[in-house]
Amino acid sequence: MSGHSSFESNNAIVKWIEYRLPIFSFIHGAVGVYPTPKNLNYWWSMGSLAGIMLVLQIVTGIILAMHYTPHADMAFASTEHIMRDVNYGWLMRYMHANGASFFFIVVYIHILRGMYYGSYKAPREILWWMGIIIFILMMASAFMGYVLPWGQMSFWGATVITSLFSAVPLIGESIVTFLWGGYSVDQPTLNRFYSLHYLLPFVIIGVVFVHLWALHHHGSNNPLGIDRKGPQDSIPFHPYYTVKDLYGLGVFGTIFALVLFFAPNYMGHPDNYIPANPLVTPAHIVPEWYFLPFYAILRAIPDKLFGVIAMFASLLILFVLPWLDTSKVRSARFRPVYKMLFWAFFIDCIILGYLGGKPPEGIFIVAGRMATAFYFLFFLILPFIGWFERPKKLPESISTAVLDSGGGGAPDGATAKAEERG
Amino acid sequence: MAEDKGGGGHDPSRRDFLYVAAGGMGAVGVAGAVWPMIDQMNPSRDVLALSSIEVDLSGIEEGQSITVNWRGKPVFIRHRTAKEIAEARAVPMADLPDPEGDEARARKPEWLIMVGVCTHLGCVPLGQQGEYNGWFCPCHGSHYDTSGRIRKGPAPLNLPVPDYVYLDDNNIKIG
Repeated sequence: MSGHSSFESNNAIVKWIEYRLPIFSFIHGAVGVYPTPKNLNYWWSMGSLAGIMLVLQIVTGIILAMHYTPHADMAFASTEHIMRDVNYGWLMRYMHANGASFFFIVVYIHILRGMYYGSYKAPREILWWMGIIIFILMMASAFMGYVLPWGQMSFWGATVITSLFSAVPLIGESIVTFLWGGYSVDQPTLNRFYSLHYLLPFVIIGVVFVHLWALHHHGSNNPLGIDRKGPQDSIPFHPYYTVKDLYGLGVFGTIFALVLFFAPNYMGHPDNYIPANPLVTPAHIVPEWYFLPFYAILRAIPDKLFGVIAMFASLLILFVLPWLDTSKVRSARFRPVYKMLFWAFFIDCIILGYLGGKPPEGIFIVAGRMATAFYFLFFLILPFIGWFERPKKLPESISTAVLDSGGGGAPDGATAKAEERG
Repeated sequence: MAEDKGGGGHDPSRRDFLYVAAGGMGAVGVAGAVWPMIDQMNPSRDVLALSSIEVDLSGIEEGQSITVNWRGKPVFIRHRTAKEIAEARAVPMADLPDPEGDEARARKPEWLIMVGVCTHLGCVPLGQQGEYNGWFCPCHGSHYDTSGRIRKGPAPLNLPVPDYVYLDDNNIKIG
């Protein structure tokens, strides 16, 4: 990662440290001179935002852990203690809860960006895999974190999601008992979820490091999806993309703050302000919004085992996306058929999310099945698109495309003009 | 910063100003965001709400002591004997490492009320022990007299007297 650095310093202390631990050239190489395609748009800001959200979640999470008690009798009360008694406790908890939502927003955009511009294609398949692993770890983390306040939704969400494993033939019940540490979701479950919820973010950091390692080996993909031909196609990461990412952070932070201060419970469920009661299930139980598309797929299949298989398959199929997509052209900008299909897939995901939040009755069941069918259909017809689709002519290089702002899509022409001035 | 890069022949002071202004605003914003993350470690409202207690003195005979819990710390309440009071008041100020009159420490001479935490490193001293028949800290050997004043050993200060008021003849409120 420090391969690009030509770091030199005249400072004696810096030189002394650098000789023993080449940290300055490492930083210089990774975020200083690191050559980056000169045509990245704002969709490429999501990676750094995701990293910032991960850090924010860890910081606020460590703070919450200072005041929270992982005990079935005290967890709910200690959460209210954070909200009412601890200095700025309400802010810390709202930041953490809404931070999880915004982390998912950023990561979903990041994933869709990768799909639209074909960032998962060679030589970035392992980079893509690491991203999926991070995504799965995030989901596990978020699920266990949601259990900790020990409200009604916490308790019943935990019960429903862990019960998914009871669909496994023969040993299903034993697995669930093992996960619970008992015969129902109770103190042992809460205590282990707390422990694992604290652990997983640090595992994510480890995978993020591998993700960045793979990224920096071949560098970022770009909106044109073509490889860089030479140094004229790159600009150093600093100051160009540090400033661009900072501006993106400013816009993102403003939106985050608006929700945080004016609608902090908008994405939550009122039922979770009722203490957990193992004897009464809430009338309408739904997971957090970021799980809804997968929840819709689970419910679409009228068979317990196959519903669970479909739900996990909808996630795991992303691992083989680089091979399902047979086209050599990365960016959807030059793939008219794939572009349409991509937007249909995007709308399908939104529909699935909507249906996941609706009660499983009447038209919602039919719609859920159709949307689920299309979700998988997208991946199944993808190989054929690559064979019959006639991609548009690719530009000769990033530089020629950027300088000749008449080419390419209309919104990118504006970006290209801005680059020229720089 | 600006003089070498230059904005293509523009006045460099404008760029300096933007640079410093943006950096300054950023620093203020970060400081504002970091402060709640630090302040959350200060005592919470429920802790502050428990910061005073009331004690009934009527059952404590002369020569007896009780220890009550105030803010998680022991508070010694001693009904002193006439001999102890006399000893405490007879000490010349010059003999005290931390000069303080007994009259200032015990509002009513027979009642000595103080926080039982050694001013050296926080251990709880033992009562009616040590060379001055007051308190003795077993951790590092600090001797306190019958007024709880440091006389010998590593502790720098007298045992502190908390804020307290007599609600009536037999009841006090500490804190």
